[in-house]
Amino acid sequence: MGSQGGFYQSKEFLDLVKSIGEARSKAEEDRIVLNEIETLKRRISEPDIPKRKMKEYIIRLVYIEMLGHDASFGYIHAVKMTHDDSLLVKRTGYLAVTLFLNEDHDLIILIVNTIQKDLKSDNYLVVCAALNAVCKLINEETIPAVLPQVMELLAHPKEAVRKKAIMALHRFYQKSPSSVSHLVSNFRKRLCDNDPGVMGATLCPLFELIARDVNSYKDLVISFVSILKQVAERRLSKAYDYHQMPAPFIQIKLLKILALLGSGDKQASENMYTVVGDIFRKCDSSSNIGNAVLYECICCVSSIYPNPKLLESAADVISRFLKSDSHNLKYMGIDALGRLIKISPEIAEQHQLAVIDCLEDPDDTLKRKTFELLYKMTKSINVEVIVDRMIDYMISISDNHYKTEIASRCVELAEQFAPSNQWFIQTMNRVFEHAGDLVNIKVAHNLMRLIAEGFGEDDDNADSKLRSSAVESYLRILGEPKLPSVFLQVICWVLGEYGTADRMFSASDITGKLCDVAEAYSNDETVKAYATTALMKIYAFEIAARRKVDMLPECQSLMEELLASHSTDLQQRAYELQAVIGLDAHAVECIMPSDASCEDIEVDRDLSFLNDYIQEAIEKGAQPYIPESERSGMLNISNFRNQDHHEASSHGLRFEAYELPKPALQSRIPQALIASTEIVPVPEPMYPRESYQTTMPSIPSDAGSAELKLRLEGVQKKWGRPTYTPATSTSNSTSQKTVNGTSQGDGASTVSSMRETYDSRKLQVEVSHEKQKLAASLFGGSSKTEKRPATGHKAAKASSHMVENSHVLKSSMEVASDKATPAQQPPDLLDLGEATATSTALQLDPFKQLEGLLDTTEVASAVNGAPAASISPDIMALYADTAAGIRNKNDPDLLSGLSNPSVTNMPGTTAMPQVTQSSSKGPNPKDSLEKDALVRQMGVNPSSQNPNLFKDLLG
Amino acid sequence: MGIRFILMVNKQGQTRLAQYYEWLTLEERRALEGEIVRKCLARNEQQCSFVEHRNYKIVYRRYASLFFLVGVDNDENELAILEFIHLLVETMDRHFGNVCELDIMFHLEKAHFMLEEMVMNGCIVETSKANILTPEMVMNGCIVETSNANILTPVQLLEKTS
Repeated sequence: MGSQGGFYQSKEFLDLVKSIGEARSKAEEDRIVLNEIETLKRRISEPDIPKRKMKEYIIRLVYIEMLGHDASFGYIHAVKMTHDDSLLVKRTGYLAVTLFLNEDHDLIILIVNTIQKDLKSDNYLVVCAALNAVCKLINEETIPAVLPQVMELLAHPKEAVRKKAIMALHRFYQKSPSSVSHLVSNFRKRLCDNDPGVMGATLCPLFELIARDVNSYKDLVISFVSILKQVAERRLSKAYDYHQMPAPFIQIKLLKILALLGSGDKQASENMYTVVGDIFRKCDSSSNIGNAVLYECICCVSSIYPNPKLLESAADVISRFLKSDSHNLKYMGIDALGRLIKISPEIAEQHQLAVIDCLEDPDDTLKRKTFELLYKMTKSINVEVIVDRMIDYMISISDNHYKTEIASRCVELAEQFAPSNQWFIQTMNRVFEHAGDLVNIKVAHNLMRLIAEGFGEDDDNADSKLRSSAVESYLRILGEPKLPSVFLQVICWVLGEYGTADRMFSASDITGKLCDVAEAYSNDETVKAYATTALMKIYAFEIAARRKVDMLPECQSLMEELLASHSTDLQQRAYELQAVIGLDAHAVECIMPSDASCEDIEVDRDLSFLNDYIQEAIEKGAQPYIPESERSGMLNISNFRNQDHHEASSHGLRFEAYELPKPALQSRIPQALIASTEIVPVPEPMYPRESYQTTMPSIPSDAGSAELKLRLEGVQKKWGRPTYTPATSTSNSTSQKTVNGTSQGDGASTVSSMRETYDSRKLQVEVSHEKQKLAASLFGGSSKTEKRPATGHKAAKASSHMVENSHVLKSSMEVASDKATPAQQPPDLLDLGEATATSTALQLDPFKQLEGLLDTTEVASAVNGAPAASISPDIMALYADTAAGIRNKNDPDLLSGLSNPSVTNMPGTTAMPQVTQSSSKGPNPKDSLEKDALVRQMGVNPSSQNPNLFKDLLG
Repeated sequence: MGIRFILMVNKQGQTRLAQYYEWLTLEERRALEGEIVRKCLARNEQQCSFVEHRNYKIVYRRYASLFFLVGVDNDENELAILEFIHLLVETMDRHFGNVCELDIMFHLEKAHFMLEEMVMNGCIVETSKANILTPEMVMNGCIVETSNANILTPVQLLEKTS
């Protein structure tokens, strides 16, 4: 084997990799791989293949699977390779099996024995390789086979083994908590391991344990805090440093754990305040990793018992994130804001413009995160604008997964905060129209119930107005092509119930529309059933009103078609329709009373009205009824059926139709639909599992369904007063918007002063006005819980808007100065070195920027010089390279792509690369030049097709 | 669980390395990779390095021609994962020296070995480059193992000489 990672591979392997690397299309790649499969199938089963050759074959198999083709023909050879004596070959074998097999694969049983043997090996790397395999391949049944050995390895002298053993135990816990429940104390023990690596790894299982059962680990708070303190104070080995941050990944894990332990626990939280505060202070806010730790601090602060000082620090960091140019930081800022507003809602207000910027950003990720934030801060005062925006966005996207999510959020918000029923119905219509097939059927039932019950007050006039407007809007919407099934069901039901109620539309209008629906959606039996029942209602009301009924010819033919339908449900409805039409007015009135969908249906479950009849029969010598379950001989079956029944009710299928005797009224509520309700794919845990019929009549008293209802108390007063008018309104209305009635003078002056400041930038004023308006409607009441904010408060807020505005001006100057030096900002937001250095300079003082670049260069070089200086005594640097070495090496590459001024920006570093360049090659004494030459020699020509293959990743 | 998968994909969308921390069938992997690679490659450099996909969040970072994509749970610290990717690249760079796409292709198993040291059960378990690379160097014979099965890490070696 060529030492030091040289090219010990065969020409064949190199050719394969080369051709894959140069493949131009997926089809070409597939062709290469299929070819390779044929070759390997032949070769791999040849006798006496040398080890090294076999290892190569196995890696070729890995390639085949990685590129999406089946390599199962070679699995057994990978399994065999785990038996090999050579460490490298063995480890490759283990790697291959972990990539190929899942824990339930038949071949695993052949590996368990090898694993057992290897766990006892003297060579700790063999043990490590086996432990890696344990983590991937051991399932619940095979845990006992390796558990004792893994437990022994927890005390192994090598820290690498202890670390992997802890992770194996972690895996067992994940797979089957009960199998290792008596061993969890080992995680606590390993937390005190001398080796920071083992301690750091132990935090992973502990985090999961604590997440499941916080209270059992409260005693560890002090330990975690002291570990975090030591880490933050750089007590760990420098090897764990990452970009000058002491062990940031361990810090983050610890902060996550503290967040769990301190949640709702004042005493535990008090222990944490100091250390979290220290980290806030110490963290390097100019690097990505520093910001990652700061973000985790915010998560922690917003989870533990609140501390004003820490909340303040958190708010500072958030505002820095939101003001950053980096989208990543903005994203983190929005997320952090969403966490913090739960504790201090008032901080949202100062960031309103930043939030709106993010909402309007073309970046989808940022937009969604912002919607998540808005969802969290929705109140009755801003629900209209938020839901409006959400629906607009929902319509614009095509990703069904997210569409479903956002649709259910819209529904949830609308149900919780709807300012009026009118608005609620309109909103629901929009949601249904655009995502009807994605929302839960319960939402449709709610909407029907709402229309039926009206405002819940005794104002019949308003109720009927609401219904008329619903009918009208539905007749209009029916003109649209291809409506979702759920929505059509609602429409049919409402038209049947209230279509002719106000005499605005004639029975033939409505029945005509209903027939059209049944015809247009003839594949949808549910919709057809709704339409048929609606037809029956319309005709019944006509008959009851002693009007002459002329059945439309299309209705006649629909009925005839359904009489012969394959669906018994549709058939029954058609027969019922036929029967009702033939009855006289009096009978129809009894069967189908008008507007009675909200009447209670009294169900006599005991059928007590039959008592006399039964009594009579028994007296005549009839056998008394024995309940099914008590009948002997039938016992087994009945048990089985009972069980069946029970299961059914606990799962999704609905059998209510069989439980309840069918009263006459029942036919008004389309029965068949209930069975189909669960087909809707959206999981909606917030809805209690109740059938439509049973909820409907019992609403007022049913506590379980309380959350289903619109929360209208206290919101009613807002009806007359618009808090938001959709985007069309002109900028003039802004003054009214911000002021909201009470302190008009104040608001007007705010606006006018705003105009003055912006005089020179007309365009910007426009934009900012739009935003202002949106901000006002979004954040207007976010910090107030009372319904009507006091006037004084309002004025204060208006002035705060002003402050915000002057802020904007300032920051726009900042932006301008920023734009003057775009070359300093590397295209990749994430890159290190210069980017971060200049941004620190910006944060130090935006105006300093204007005084010339000299300052910046000083700062930049100072920042740059510091790490190099601090690391130079490190022995690591002597050996090969350091984090700083890599970064320095990085700089010239980065800068060469940019314009000249940025190069002059960093005189301190330009000299260094040359020094580090040669020494930063890692343990392999190989140069990239050498590498290139070697590759060319092997026949892979970089100039041929894919020169990218040779591009240094960090370059 | 944290990390659900780590992918390296070049800018033509060809997979260069794939490691999953939960079992997916070949078809599921192929579909998932196709979808997320399409999503990530379509984004520009100003946009966030995070993409939501079904119930995953993808954190990705581009180095020259190669994209590193890490699928994580929703409650993971995205910025930290972004830096984890960089740590991985720095580690590979230290090992290979000016690491490039071809290094990973020719030494696929080594790249996997490094990942095995860094991530277990979907958790980040090791972040010290020296610790990550030690087994690799032992296997390559860079470091001589002493008789008592204790090896000298590079740091210790240097401490002795200096």
